[in-house]
Amino acid sequence: MAESAQSAVGGDERVKEISPLRQALIRPELGGMVGTVAVFTFFLLFAFDSGMFTSQGVMNWSVVSAQFMIIAVGACLLMIAGEFDLSVGSMIGFAGMMIAIFSVTLSWPVWIAIMVTFVLCVSIGALNGFIVVRTGLPSFIVTLAFLFILRGFTIFLPQTIERKTIIGGIRDVAEGDWLASVFGGKIGQGFFVWLGDNDLIGTFERGTREGQPVVDGIPMLIIWAIALIIFGHVLLTKTKFGNWIFASGGDAEAARNSGVPVNRVKVLMFMFTAFCATVFATCQVMEFGSAGADRGLLKEFEAIIAVVIGGALLTGGYGSVLGAALGALIFGVVQQGLFFAGVESSLFRVFLGVILLGAVILNTYIRRIITGER
Amino acid sequence: MTEDTNFHHGDVQGQDPIIRMIDIEKHFGSVIALAGVSFDLKPGECHCLLGDNGAGKSTFIKTMSGVHKPTAGEIIFEDKPMHFEDPRDAIEAGIATVHQHLAMIPLMSVSRNFFMGNEPTRKVAGISFFDKKLADEITMEEMRKMGINLRGPDQAVGTLSGGERQTVAIARAVHFGAKILILDEPTSALGVRQTSNVLATIDKVRSQGVGVVFISHNVRHALAVGDRFTVLNRGKTLGTAKRGEISPEELQDLMAGGQELAQLEGSLGGTV
Repeated sequence: MAESAQSAVGGDERVKEISPLRQALIRPELGGMVGTVAVFTFFLLFAFDSGMFTSQGVMNWSVVSAQFMIIAVGACLLMIAGEFDLSVGSMIGFAGMMIAIFSVTLSWPVWIAIMVTFVLCVSIGALNGFIVVRTGLPSFIVTLAFLFILRGFTIFLPQTIERKTIIGGIRDVAEGDWLASVFGGKIGQGFFVWLGDNDLIGTFERGTREGQPVVDGIPMLIIWAIALIIFGHVLLTKTKFGNWIFASGGDAEAARNSGVPVNRVKVLMFMFTAFCATVFATCQVMEFGSAGADRGLLKEFEAIIAVVIGGALLTGGYGSVLGAALGALIFGVVQQGLFFAGVESSLFRVFLGVILLGAVILNTYIRRIITGER
Repeated sequence: MTEDTNFHHGDVQGQDPIIRMIDIEKHFGSVIALAGVSFDLKPGECHCLLGDNGAGKSTFIKTMSGVHKPTAGEIIFEDKPMHFEDPRDAIEAGIATVHQHLAMIPLMSVSRNFFMGNEPTRKVAGISFFDKKLADEITMEEMRKMGINLRGPDQAVGTLSGGERQTVAIARAVHFGAKILILDEPTSALGVRQTSNVLATIDKVRSQGVGVVFISHNVRHALAVGDRFTVLNRGKTLGTAKRGEISPEELQDLMAGGQELAQLEGSLGGTV
């Protein structure tokens, strides 16, 4: 039998050298990086004077972007594991409503209300995942069902209990609660006062808050977003479990044959997505001081769009948390930037559709490069 | 079994079998997939399991690799009776299967694929991380041994040819301490050149003392590397022959159940 001839020293002449450009193209974050640079360039050129880049403006789009980032991290890991969760938006509404009902209607201490809500929502995420892996149904259908089930309860419960669809008064009961401040508080106040005193950022010039900085701290929402991104990125790229996430989404059967506990990975990712949705909901409830039945509407799609802009493949097995975070940043900057620039807000949706289409086409092209198919 | 052929329970002299499957039966409801199959494998040999579609080859190797539990019969692995509860048990015991549909993920890099399910870890501050550097080094080394030149450990498996993917899968199984390597039709979808690469890989693996079970319905591929040949037909063993004791024509006849193919071969001019 002939020894394989290509074991000769040096390279295989059939392996074509690929250009650095093509090599860079297969990094999933590429689209997100290019998009981020493009978006910032655009707004720096055309909306610099609109107040978008003052400390208040920066804080404004940072908070909106951070909201998108929180749900995008969950959606990203889940999509790489090969599944979708369309119930994220309903989960946000449901989680917020549960916190409100537990803390206001039932008068539980807020920290207990938050903890019980987390347990409840993560369990629902586990149920989602369990049904998907057990029945083998597409997660699209299973989580679509939960989109309606959870939204239905979110409207039904407050109407039945309180005869209204918005429950307020959470800020009062959350006053001084240690866990509530983890979600609704701000940090770094001292630093911002210092910045204000040194004229590095603007301060209020009159009124009751005269002399205080216009931005008085970094909301915990942003801290959560950064923490979740770091956690997600490290988990995905630096751990054994991350390899299992890629494998489960790339080819579940092949992963199973290699001893990867695919079902466990998928269920855990559904739980993580639910966790992220609950973090979002808790931050929102603490910020607004109320929970509404229509909160989180369409968030599932916004999360998926951010993830796709960030370079993940809808079919699973490929993607990046950093990319998804950049996708969320683009999302937030554009949404708020158009507002600052005074552009009709409905045009934001047009932009969204266009950029989504562009991202999906780019991703398909990238996949062809990676797998070498034509 | 007929006595007038050289087809009998052949025996490679010397070593004891690493695994013995004795009178394995497997029923699925009213369907009898295996009706008493016996088989054994010694370290460092390549034992070919031949048979036409539906002969029970796949059911048999799934029993060996722990996917199915036999309805009746005994599995003796390293002189001890074994009862595999699931494929993981078999993998841990050292029985690795390279599937027809490869356990390779095209979008992932070769090194991530190589260590899929067996990732090396390194502890940093009490948290265990995937040791990518070590994984990359081992992957490059193992691939070089098998004669595959990678652009780098990050090259996606999707860019490899079918034969190279088979070789990666085989190298992976051997690296993780497989004592028995089950290859389920590794050459069925490959071209001539790629097939010879895979057969060369089997030869390398065998010389390292690993027992290879090579499932095929291509007699030529089997004869190229096999030490012994067992033919299955309709869930039964037709017998086992040693290398050199049987001609390709005889093997082909046995696989097809004899008679009909002999006639067909006559009319087709011996091309089957």
